[in-house]
Amino acid sequence: MSTTSIEKTEKHTTTTKTGVKKVMHGNYAASYGAKVARAEVIAAYPITPQSQVVEKIAEFTSSGEMKAQYIKVESEQSAMAALITASQTGARTFTATSAHGLTLMHELLMWASGARLPIVMVNVNRAMAPPWSVWAEHTDSIAQRDTGWMQFYCETSQEILDTIIQCYKVCEQEDIMLPALINEDAFYLSHTVEPVEVPHQELVDKYLPPFNPKPELTLNPDHPAVFGSLSKPDEWYPEFRWMIHEAMERAKKRIKDADSEFGKIFGRSYGGLLDLYKCDDAEVVLMCAGTLASTTREAIDELRNEGKKVGLARIRTFRPFPVEDIRALAEKVQAIGVMDRCFTFGYEGPFFTEVKGALYHANNKPKLKGYITGMGGRDVDVQLVKKIFADMYKVKDGKQDAETVWVDLKADVNNMNAWLKVR
Amino acid sequence: MGKLTIPEEEYMLEGHMGCLGCGGTLAMRYLLKGLGKDTILSIPACCWAIMMGSFPYTNLKVPMHNSAFEVTGAAISGIEAALKVKGKEHINVVGFAGDGGTIDIGFQALSGCVERGHNVFYVCYDNEAYMNTGIQRSGSTPVGAWTTTTPVGKTGDWKKAPKKNAVEIMVAHKIPYTATASVAYPEDYIKKVLKGKETKGPKYYQVLSPCPTGWKYPPEKTVEIGRLAVQTCIYPLYEVVNGRYNITFKPAKKKPVKEYFELQGRFRHLPEKVIEEIQQSVDKDWEILQRKVEMTKDL
Repeated sequence: MSTTSIEKTEKHTTTTKTGVKKVMHGNYAASYGAKVARAEVIAAYPITPQSQVVEKIAEFTSSGEMKAQYIKVESEQSAMAALITASQTGARTFTATSAHGLTLMHELLMWASGARLPIVMVNVNRAMAPPWSVWAEHTDSIAQRDTGWMQFYCETSQEILDTIIQCYKVCEQEDIMLPALINEDAFYLSHTVEPVEVPHQELVDKYLPPFNPKPELTLNPDHPAVFGSLSKPDEWYPEFRWMIHEAMERAKKRIKDADSEFGKIFGRSYGGLLDLYKCDDAEVVLMCAGTLASTTREAIDELRNEGKKVGLARIRTFRPFPVEDIRALAEKVQAIGVMDRCFTFGYEGPFFTEVKGALYHANNKPKLKGYITGMGGRDVDVQLVKKIFADMYKVKDGKQDAETVWVDLKADVNNMNAWLKVR
Repeated sequence: MGKLTIPEEEYMLEGHMGCLGCGGTLAMRYLLKGLGKDTILSIPACCWAIMMGSFPYTNLKVPMHNSAFEVTGAAISGIEAALKVKGKEHINVVGFAGDGGTIDIGFQALSGCVERGHNVFYVCYDNEAYMNTGIQRSGSTPVGAWTTTTPVGKTGDWKKAPKKNAVEIMVAHKIPYTATASVAYPEDYIKKVLKGKETKGPKYYQVLSPCPTGWKYPPEKTVEIGRLAVQTCIYPLYEVVNGRYNITFKPAKKKPVKEYFELQGRFRHLPEKVIEEIQQSVDKDWEILQRKVEMTKDL
């Protein structure tokens, strides 16, 4: 859809008690999130399929609607570097990127968490080249697992906007002070329009106080200090790392609290760390992240009509990982399948690995199977998810053929040469 | 007795962890004397990432941010933007980086920063190699020099490529102020820093900071060698103000580069013929610089 037609749809608005509803895609939802959260410094670099996020913010700052400094940097590496120092100077910071941009930032992501800076970033999940692809996959963000960033995966455009506000609320708490990465699936969210409510500014302001770090914790000539200097093995390095770990653990509850407080004001919340759907009496549960969850909900509704007791556990936060919530879920179900829209070469799907690890010390260990699907933006439809559920029933009954399967490869996957000759 | 022109306030205290005779310490000390208290530094990986001391110590009286090797230009852009938000635009924002962090790995971020026109100081303390990692060649290493990655050996494997002229590349960005300086001419250096304080927009300084460890000379000769670099016109002192060139120190009689080379182990291997070639190249560059002054004097 071209920009003009989106602009037209954006004009059709409905005002509610909590906000103004507009039709927009996920990228604009991200821009509106940064605006109502009152981000003060933005540094960003364009990349498909994120570009509209930075374009819309440019519109907001040019029109004066948004009072922010917007640094149009020359690379994603510089985007993150500029936000690190801006945040260290005491400003609320925001950026957005995707795939190659995110992986280019990799080193700087560690600088951000190591310096304990509450930067919030939206990443449009896109597959990595080669071969070139601009479509949805989670490899880019999963590759940032160990950078010390919280990671959120969104199912709707509304969730992107709301999660940005929630993240500042969590990240800026004095005993958390960690950055957060908010993921949206390329095209499924970034370029698909849906009604999104932009919350009223005064309600957001009530929920989210301004970022006001102590002056001695910022770059401030009245309190001269060195940030990030050398720490020797027998000094403080491991202790600093332990503190990040503790903050991440504390964040589990804070994310849930922020989500439910948000729900009380705006009437929307997202399940905290692990979003459960029809799991109360479920025998078989599928786990996944991002927009795969919407398709799974549809498949569940159809299967429920057929009398199957199936459910969904959507992983909303990959870091901190919802270990306790997954163990609690395992108490009730007989089999868990994990869908991964990415793969760790030499092993299996990363979400699957984490779920398995979480259940090793669980009291009840359901049967488990991993499903690799939707790589490079390949569409995952309701029929495919229903097939996965059917397979899960076999697993539940003790007929497990493999630990992990790739479910949507072409039938002639090993015959590409023949195919090339035909072409 | 003449009037002292260098401010007496110290913002770089004793107890740094640099080598004896380190020119980089003087580059910092004089800079801060010129800038004063209201200054924020961003420093990437380089000798100065270590020299102020390890956590929780520092010998600097101004705030300092350690950042990744390649992003100083972006780091100071972020500080400047945040200070604007906070209404604290009177604070000097300074990127202080070695030549590798400036001219090689940090070049993209520097170019982006000055192109965008941020109101910042970028100071490259130029010791002409990667000194903190143990004397490896950088784009700023002069032709003819020995380093651990241009080890001469039996094949004459010294630095063959000329020093990258980052000063002229900064001028080509059309920034308001670009200058070379030397720790051996502190009055000239501080005067340029003060001029920068009066200039809005990006300011680039490249300060020759002799390194006894890397250049292989006795530590007490730092100032002497620094002066010879200027007097031989290998490292002329000049500034470019809005496109107008101005030589700030003109040696009464230009000395031969051989005098500068003889004091340093890093050039000891050079055959006469190569020294002669370098002399010709230095003469030519000096001539070009003087013509630029002439060409731009009425601008």
